[in-house]
Amino acid sequence: MNFSFLKDYHTFFLEGTKITIVLSIITIIFGVIFGIIFALMRISHNPILKSIAAAYIEFIRGTPVMVQLFIVYYGLSEIGIEFPDIYVLGSNFPDLMAGAIALSINSSAYVAEIIRAGIQAVDKGQMEAARSLGLSYSISMKNIILPQAIKNILPALGNEFIAIIKESSIVSIIGIHELMYNTDTVRGNTFIPFEPLLITAAIYFIITFTLSTIVRAFERRLKTSD
Amino acid sequence: MIKVIDLHKKFKNLHVLKGINLNISKGEVVVIIGPSGSGKSTVLRCLNKLEEADSGEIFFKGIPIAQCKDDINKIRQNMGMVFQNFNLFPHMTVLENITFAPTKLNKINKNEAKDMGLSLLERVGLKDKASSFPNQLSGGQKQRVAIARALAMSPDLMLFDEPTSALDPEMVGEVLEVMKQLAKEGMTMIIVTHEMNFAKEVADRIIFIDGGIILEEGNPEEIFTNPKNQRTQDFLKRVVS
Repeated sequence: MNFSFLKDYHTFFLEGTKITIVLSIITIIFGVIFGIIFALMRISHNPILKSIAAAYIEFIRGTPVMVQLFIVYYGLSEIGIEFPDIYVLGSNFPDLMAGAIALSINSSAYVAEIIRAGIQAVDKGQMEAARSLGLSYSISMKNIILPQAIKNILPALGNEFIAIIKESSIVSIIGIHELMYNTDTVRGNTFIPFEPLLITAAIYFIITFTLSTIVRAFERRLKTSD
Repeated sequence: MIKVIDLHKKFKNLHVLKGINLNISKGEVVVIIGPSGSGKSTVLRCLNKLEEADSGEIFFKGIPIAQCKDDINKIRQNMGMVFQNFNLFPHMTVLENITFAPTKLNKINKNEAKDMGLSLLERVGLKDKASSFPNQLSGGQKQRVAIARALAMSPDLMLFDEPTSALDPEMVGEVLEVMKQLAKEGMTMIIVTHEMNFAKEVADRIIFIDGGIILEEGNPEEIFTNPKNQRTQDFLKRVVS
């Protein structure tokens, strides 16, 4: 095993990890926000909102993330959206935005399904009881249903976050200098094809394992209130 | 208090209610009996619009509510409902279950709510359980909390949808006791139940529903000792033994 490349190239891994984490956090935030919106649309009684959400979710889940990434990458300028051509965290900002948007769109569909399932797993009687007291739909949803749904949602959502971190490696194909891209750079520059991959795998694992530990701790805390 | 005119309800192809007419005055205790699937619960659920009626009209305190879309929350605040499965909010304490709606709807402030909640709990004999969570209570206790929760909105009318059907036999009594007390205090109540002795004791009027229509109604004496309709007779023979 030859890890001599680390001396010269460790910053590549660190910088790549930074971008991977930033990209994942953006994706998680927007994935959850839009996931909640699409989930609420999906379970609403308005047929228009319902079918828009259903179509969106089905389409996104039924097409490869790589295709979505390219569609966003080439499509943004096509529909006239231009981001300032600057460099952020060593990466081209428009590319970074394309990656973040594509990943967010992709994860929002999965998050929406997780949240919908979690909400619908709450006993129907809870909504009826809340409404029967004269509480509005939105108050009932926010204060009665969602707090209970969180317990159903959190474990699956934790898995989705982990998937987001791993899948963020796909944006290396549009040239975002995240962990996977930089790993390839190191492999190419040093002519050491194997060992850098071990470093990268270890880094991904440390990130996802940390996250799953945090999620588990949250679950335990929620359980105590049962 | 509440008046129902020619209420119809269909679930897909199933015609559950085929023209229900009801007129219930203030302070009256009405017990609805009938075989399972007869539409008893559906009547109750149409009254506070947990189910939309397909046709017909419901007047609550003179206001038509069957077709109204906007003010249903206001109407429901005056119409408490107690469910077969309690439906307490499991993530809130007993006291919070009771005080949540009135404080959220700005009927009273937090301190008043707490006092009111505790006095309601005292009425149902559960003051010591104020800070417990629902899953620490027995079925009978849960249902008593559910009654207190509905009362917290100080409703003019209480709907009870088979409140003792999910209870172990030894816990039925404590819930019925609370309901009797409530009836004595003059609350207007519509109760769907299979507890015939209870019905006999508290009801001002018994309504027998089968096949989505009211087949017979009258005071308990008439219905239980001298039912006129053949189906009422058959039903009573089966349940009162």
